[in-house]
Amino acid sequence: MQSWTQRLANPTRFMQVSGTLLPWVAAAAAALIAYGLYLVFFVAPPDYQQGETVKIMYIHVPSAWLALMTYGLIAISSFGLLVFRHPLADVSAKAAAPIGAAFTLLALITGSLWGKPMWGTYWVWDARLTSVLILFFLYLGLMALRSSLDDEGTAAKLTAVLALVGTAILPIIKFSVEWWNTLHQPSTNFTSTVDPSMRWPLLIMAVGFTLLFIAMHLAAMRNEVLRRRVKALRLQEAASRDGLPAHASAAE
Amino acid sequence: MTAFFALIKRDLRLAFREGGALGTALGFFVVVVALMPLGLGPDLKLLSRIASGVLWIALLLSALLSLGRMFETDYEDGSLDVLATGAVPLELVAAAKSIAHWLSTGIPLAVLAPILGILLNLDLAAFPMLVAAMLIGTPAVSFLGAVGAALTLKARRGGLLLALIVLPLYIPTLIFGISALSAALGPDAAGGSASSLMILTAISLVAAVLGPVAAAAALRIQLH
Repeated sequence: MQSWTQRLANPTRFMQVSGTLLPWVAAAAAALIAYGLYLVFFVAPPDYQQGETVKIMYIHVPSAWLALMTYGLIAISSFGLLVFRHPLADVSAKAAAPIGAAFTLLALITGSLWGKPMWGTYWVWDARLTSVLILFFLYLGLMALRSSLDDEGTAAKLTAVLALVGTAILPIIKFSVEWWNTLHQPSTNFTSTVDPSMRWPLLIMAVGFTLLFIAMHLAAMRNEVLRRRVKALRLQEAASRDGLPAHASAAE
Repeated sequence: MTAFFALIKRDLRLAFREGGALGTALGFFVVVVALMPLGLGPDLKLLSRIASGVLWIALLLSALLSLGRMFETDYEDGSLDVLATGAVPLELVAAAKSIAHWLSTGIPLAVLAPILGILLNLDLAAFPMLVAAMLIGTPAVSFLGAVGAALTLKARRGGLLLALIVLPLYIPTLIFGISALSAALGPDAAGGSASSLMILTAISLVAAVLGPVAAAAALRIQLH
């Protein structure tokens, strides 16, 4: 009996499964986000202190949650690549990095726009802001390392090593930044209880964003698989044109 | 174990006989610190307030400068291949090289820091703590730096990439290095600094365990 990860290891089967799943996930994401936005703008009440600016929360919180979740996914994929040599693990890690960076940036930008009316400034060196900014740098490092290496196999494994080092170091960074922050300024209370009239739209938006991420991740993975196929075909073609046996250059 | 120490000795000898690497790092350290007052104005009060941060950041940048060469020269002349196929596991090779980097860069920079502290009007009471925190914190700089150096061994634009990868990893060291200093100048000097120094020690120990393993993994991937 194979596990589902083993069954998906065959790229052809992955393309079939993801091809059937993708439209459904994308449609569900669109529907949930549309419904969530409707609730946010027409049903959910404005906050008694923050007024209408609280609506930023419904974009900000799901983005921040996905920024973290994506890094977790990259870490798991990297582990799968280095330990189990799963053929799709690298495709997953590679596809997830730009999406994760985009969500992190979105969380930072919406947070900064929210900070201006609430705190009176676009940016404070608050523990949470700082650690999310560092998470963004880690994403950039992953993408930069991958793009700076010519050999795709080496790039994949090295990026996986860096991602795993990042998982080991991220908690330390977060802890240290929080510790440092308590010395300097009181932390902002994000975790206060949320009223149900705001919790439901937030939950719907969070699920919608997660589905959106899954849809984008699947689409990016499919593109990556296709890109690799095209590359292999091109190499084959070039090899046969030069009169070399096809596998000689493909294996190189 | 003799092979391990022989490796450290070899790397140290190379570092000192080549001369360039150590001198460049120290010179860079001095120049960066000297630029600060020029950029910020000669206000002594302001300088003494930001001195610890300036010194730590300049130290990290100077150490970063010499990291790129940790594996590069050995890779270019082929001795890294010999080390990889030798009896010493690659983890220990990475550890030996990190220790050599610490001895040849971290310690000289930490010893030089008080002299630059005078230039920045740092309170004399903070000097012992400055050197202690830097000596305890710089092993983490070398061990985490080894990971970055190993990852960017074959990369194009390796130097810039190394900075992008490694500097975020240095944040805990930077934060606790500075908090040790500011605690030393505060009311509860002994207690506050001690806890910061202990955390710095913990960070260095974690880096000493994780760094060589990750660096060796990265080297293995590239040497095949």
